[in-house]
Amino acid sequence: MFKKLTITIIYIFLLAFHANAGSDGELALKKDQPEKIKDCFENLNRATFAFNQGLDKALIKPIAKGYKNLPDPIQRGTSNAARNLSNLITIPNNILQGDVKTAIINTGRLVVNTTVGLLGTIDVANKMGFPKYEKEDYGQTLGAWGVGPGCYLVLPVLGPSTIRDTAGSFVNVMGGDPGYNVSVHGNNEFLGEGVFIVSKALSGIDFRSNNLDSFDNLEKNSIDFYASLRSLYLQDRENKIKNNQRGRIQVIYEDEEDWEEIDNK
Amino acid sequence: MKKFLIIVLFFNLSNTHAYSIEPQKFVQSTVNKASQVLSKNISKEEKMNGLKIIAKETVDITGIGFYSLGSARKNLDDTQKRVYFDLFEKYFLKSFSSRLSEYTNPKIEVKGEKVLNRNYTIVNSVLVSTSERPEVKIDWRIYTKNPDNPLIRDLIIEGLSLARTQKEEFASILNSNDSDIKTLFKTLENFAKN
Repeated sequence: MFKKLTITIIYIFLLAFHANAGSDGELALKKDQPEKIKDCFENLNRATFAFNQGLDKALIKPIAKGYKNLPDPIQRGTSNAARNLSNLITIPNNILQGDVKTAIINTGRLVVNTTVGLLGTIDVANKMGFPKYEKEDYGQTLGAWGVGPGCYLVLPVLGPSTIRDTAGSFVNVMGGDPGYNVSVHGNNEFLGEGVFIVSKALSGIDFRSNNLDSFDNLEKNSIDFYASLRSLYLQDRENKIKNNQRGRIQVIYEDEEDWEEIDNK
Repeated sequence: MKKFLIIVLFFNLSNTHAYSIEPQKFVQSTVNKASQVLSKNISKEEKMNGLKIIAKETVDITGIGFYSLGSARKNLDDTQKRVYFDLFEKYFLKSFSSRLSEYTNPKIEVKGEKVLNRNYTIVNSVLVSTSERPEVKIDWRIYTKNPDNPLIRDLIIEGLSLARTQKEEFASILNSNDSDIKTLFKTLENFAKN
């Protein structure tokens, strides 16, 4: 049980930190109909956020800084391998979202990178001209199916999330992540849960190290860092669920009556 | 004499037309100016001052200020509006210049544009990758109601709107303080001072 919890926590951390974060509790995020994401537990969320900030400063950031000093090929290899492993979750989610073509492409990517690309450390598929890789997860799939985000949450250690995204993370340990199934329940001598946990932790550290400056910059220039991260996280999740690509940027401003009113003054 | 007048008139007309600035060129020119400032061998403070001058010329600070207030703008009296805009401009310029001054000689390439309507064009660009960071997509929302004087109203970095983030930050401060505008004023003032 504890193992499952630890792994779930790592999952949520990765999910949460692969975006940035937040809203004012009145943020309107829409699918087809305008939908408000409430910060129902704001006081608790802010306390958790403060705790996470302390943890980040004391532990995660120093590790990420150390990682940043490693030789480039090691960092790049780790980053590539982590992305390659994430295909194991992306592919089933491609299928669940009805995107079979992308699922096939990502399966090809996974096979090529795992074999020719030396366990994913070299992104051979990219060099071969495969389309740009977009991660998918169960929270995004739930969103694509029309499940609302529920309240905004800040989870201990893991950071920004929503009820829906947290539920999506649980799906991974309920059989939704083939990597977890093979390493933790696979009963084989090559992969154990230690390998699985280390791979996920490395992925998190890799992400944090790539965003050292941008997080510092954001914190320094925010008048309410908690609200900034909340806004960025929720915007990012909205983009991912809608698979917003450049060229559809105008969706940001749909139903944006504020500007219209200002223009008419 | 008639010919001369016609030529003068034609020259004036074509000149007026030439003043209409294409959003893509406007963004590229703004970026070039900012790059020049950032690549100079001057102190960070001097860079920030240079960036502030550029921002005053190219960003619709008043419009963004109104937008950032959200519905609270409807409750301000004229005096409060004056105080707010004074504080907002100081806050915005410091925040804007401080964010950008971290970059040394950033290379931004304009890739294209999409006209949304008469009032808005989105200009697409990328911050070219370096060994330190990956490529970053930056979209610029340009207010084109006056084509002779386009203005930046938002930066969308990798799909994340800075104006929207700022608006939600302001709303959060107001929500946490019983919608007391004075708390927001104080926060902006403290930010600009420190």
